[in-house]
Amino acid sequence: MPVLGQKKLLGADDIRRAVARLAHEVVEHNHGVDELVLVGLQTRGVPLARRLQERIREFEGATVPVGELDIGLYRDDVHQRAPRALNPTSIPVDISNRTVILVDDVLYTGRTARAALDALIDLGRPRAIQLVCLIDRGHRELPIRPNYVGKNIPTSRHEKVAVRLEEVDDVDEVVLIQPPGDES
Amino acid sequence: MTLQLINRGPNGVHIQPRRGRRHVLDLDDFSVEEVETVLETATRMKDVLQRPIKKVPTLRGKTLVTLFYEASTRTRVGFEVAAKALGADTVSVAAASSSVTKGESLIDTIRTLQALGADFVVMRHHQAGAPYVVAEEVASSVINAGDGWHAHPTQALLDLFTIRERLGRIGGLRVAIIGDILHSRVARSNLWGLTLMGADVVLCGPPTMLPAPSFCAAGLPWQLQRTYLLDEALDGADVVMVLRMQLERQTGGLFPSLREYVRTYALTEERLSKAKPGALVMHPGPMNEGVEIDPKVARGVQSAIEAQVTNGVAVRMALLYLLSGLPA
Amino acid sequence: MRLVGGRILDPATRRDDIGDLWIDGDVLAEPGGADTDETILDVSGFVVAPGFIDLHCHLREPGFEDKETIATGTSAAAAGGFTTVCALADTRPSIDTGSDVESVLTQARRAALVRVLPLGTTTKRREGHELSEMADMAAAGAIAFSDSAKAVRSASLMRHALEYSLLVERPIVSHAQDPDLVDGGVMHEGPVATVLGLRGIPREAEEIAVARDLALARLTGGRLHLAHLTTSGAVDLVRQAKASAIRVSAEVTPHHLALTDSAVAGDGNARAYDTNARTDPPLRTAADARALLEGLRDGTIDCVATDHSPQRWVDKACEFEQAEPGMTALETAFGLLMRLVHAGALSLGDLIAALTLRPAHAFGLPYGALRPGASADVVVFDPDQAWVVDPERFLSKGKNSPLGGQTLRGTVLLTIAAGKVVYRNGV
Repeated sequence: MPVLGQKKLLGADDIRRAVARLAHEVVEHNHGVDELVLVGLQTRGVPLARRLQERIREFEGATVPVGELDIGLYRDDVHQRAPRALNPTSIPVDISNRTVILVDDVLYTGRTARAALDALIDLGRPRAIQLVCLIDRGHRELPIRPNYVGKNIPTSRHEKVAVRLEEVDDVDEVVLIQPPGDES
Repeated sequence: MTLQLINRGPNGVHIQPRRGRRHVLDLDDFSVEEVETVLETATRMKDVLQRPIKKVPTLRGKTLVTLFYEASTRTRVGFEVAAKALGADTVSVAAASSSVTKGESLIDTIRTLQALGADFVVMRHHQAGAPYVVAEEVASSVINAGDGWHAHPTQALLDLFTIRERLGRIGGLRVAIIGDILHSRVARSNLWGLTLMGADVVLCGPPTMLPAPSFCAAGLPWQLQRTYLLDEALDGADVVMVLRMQLERQTGGLFPSLREYVRTYALTEERLSKAKPGALVMHPGPMNEGVEIDPKVARGVQSAIEAQVTNGVAVRMALLYLLSGLPA
Repeated sequence: MRLVGGRILDPATRRDDIGDLWIDGDVLAEPGGADTDETILDVSGFVVAPGFIDLHCHLREPGFEDKETIATGTSAAAAGGFTTVCALADTRPSIDTGSDVESVLTQARRAALVRVLPLGTTTKRREGHELSEMADMAAAGAIAFSDSAKAVRSASLMRHALEYSLLVERPIVSHAQDPDLVDGGVMHEGPVATVLGLRGIPREAEEIAVARDLALARLTGGRLHLAHLTTSGAVDLVRQAKASAIRVSAEVTPHHLALTDSAVAGDGNARAYDTNARTDPPLRTAADARALLEGLRDGTIDCVATDHSPQRWVDKACEFEQAEPGMTALETAFGLLMRLVHAGALSLGDLIAALTLRPAHAFGLPYGALRPGASADVVVFDPDQAWVVDPERFLSKGKNSPLGGQTLRGTVLLTIAAGKVVYRNGV
């Protein structure tokens, strides 16, 4: 195992509170849940989107549909690396004329979000697209702006932010991974 | 955005793409994992083909050249549709119309295509081994769309996909392949694919068209059963794969007449009833309806023949996607 | 010239001892019988043997000089340790008459590094219809007759050829293969061909033709020489025939002894469908190779002959079924055969005999022995020195070898033909 420094930034409770707040912000900003659809980006955006759906159901009493979106076929680095495994893309409703709430765990360069926009536009003509990210770690390379942010975490390019969720990783936490030799 | 390359699918299965494959010449060098990756990826591609916009930008800027020395509509068009669905450009070279007839050698033709920017070369040739010559000489990725009697890997992959899609699994199934086995590239590639994935294969055809018993007992790399009797092959079969009677490839003297072949080996409704209920009927096409297969069976409820064609596009898209990118 | 300190291995004179070899001009001399300003070469640690004799070699000249010439082919022979090569008549024009034979010999005098003995055709232009002028050709120097790479299809014409050859007491060399059973086949019919999807040639194609030719040899009393046997069945037939005093001799190639049909599937360094492994007749199975070796050991098969078949790059860099058959063999024959010696399957003495004494005997040639007064044809080799086969560096124009990149143990160091050094490699 490589010797990397890991620093826990958020625990299970922090994540729970952030998700609850994000759910409220989304509903507040859109004046309700009409014509919304939550679309989680594979892989960890999907369980996050489902949690948002749960929270919204709890306080609004309404069920917002949830879909999953894999952007593997829209990446801009397809020819620079070995091909990645593709995960399912499945949205249970037609996204045309709806407001799509894209959900991702970490927003970084913005390239994933850009690919997601292209993918969504091939699937229909949404009225609007809004972006939720649990963590914004900065260092945008494209003019992409999140609408809703769980937590801003300034990082350096050498570091990594890993979001771990119970549904995928058996634990809820966000950690900062530093290369050896770095001071935290 | 996560930085890990090994993705976990929704039910916890690790799907790791094969790294470093440049060509698809035959299934004999595929691992089980690699076949699984192709089938999984093809499922995703099939989703794309069911959308209103059947196109993604993944292979934008790439060029796929089809070089067919033997006529084929279904395979060639299947590759062209697959390439276009991934945003690639396609060029099709039909050997009869090109300088191939002027005596340009295979290697000259390929070098020309490469100099013209082909990233993928899909070739079908009437001689076994031709794609191996090409693969050695060019930088493009070469996909074998059929070389003589030897191999047709994309057909076997789409057959595996279709079987799993309709029956839920491949391992443990009994698959009967009926017809002129000896001269069939579909049979050979399916033997690799089916035995790799754990199916039991029985070959059935006239004695002049089956591999020699001594080879089957020792020497061939596949575990298989063979019989001359159709009813014996169909008994307990989950899948019946019917091969086209290759009239154009016979050198004569291998069977006495079409009529005798039909009486002995044609898959009619009555003979199909000897297989397991709900057994899948497959055919790589094009069919000689009324010869090796009865039209009613071909269009019947057990037939997966049309699905094979649709799945062919998805599987070819999967292969093009998996061949793109730098080798690891 | 004197070669000192080598292990002199000469089956013809039953020598196997350390000693010196004297050469006076173009013949071998008695010990001590040479002049004072002789060249002395120290060959201690190496083996000294009679120069090898190849009964079956395609020099391609006249007519196919892009594939090989007498000059390049004999350079390759010298590099392989061969001092006598028998050139087959499948040239263009084919060697049908005495003047055709003379023109080959004239060109050989001009350009050959080693002795060239021409064969004539059995039938005119190798068409299988009319006998060629055997007496005319024999008088001009032809040592045997063969339609080379083509079987004589008509049994009655083959019978007449064998009968007529009694006039000149020369063997009829037969490429024994039934063309109808070959039926477009390109490799041995077996599991490998089945998996590769290539049309195969069954063993019976050779066995039927060998049986026919042996029966005709019995009928006529003519001398039959069977080229490049490949099947265990043929070995059995020849063994039976020799026991009943039929006048037959037989040869086997190094590649049929050391390689099998799996070479086509790409074992070793080559890829699948390696056209350099396409030969006519085809490489067969390990069981056949074992039977051929057994036949060589017990005398059923008289000798080794290379069937050196240089081809152009363009005739091999293509689909398997389009490729010209044959491999370039003179420069790898000895090294490939040494694999059998190193594996303990053949003694070095038997190997040398199979390349010297026994081919000479099969064709009645006065070569292949280290006797005083005989032509000074000598080869010096190191049986253990290893080298990596690099076809691009062959002296033959033909680079078509399936052994590229493989290591062989057994290196020719010096070849002397009629007293002249024609190849030198580190001595």
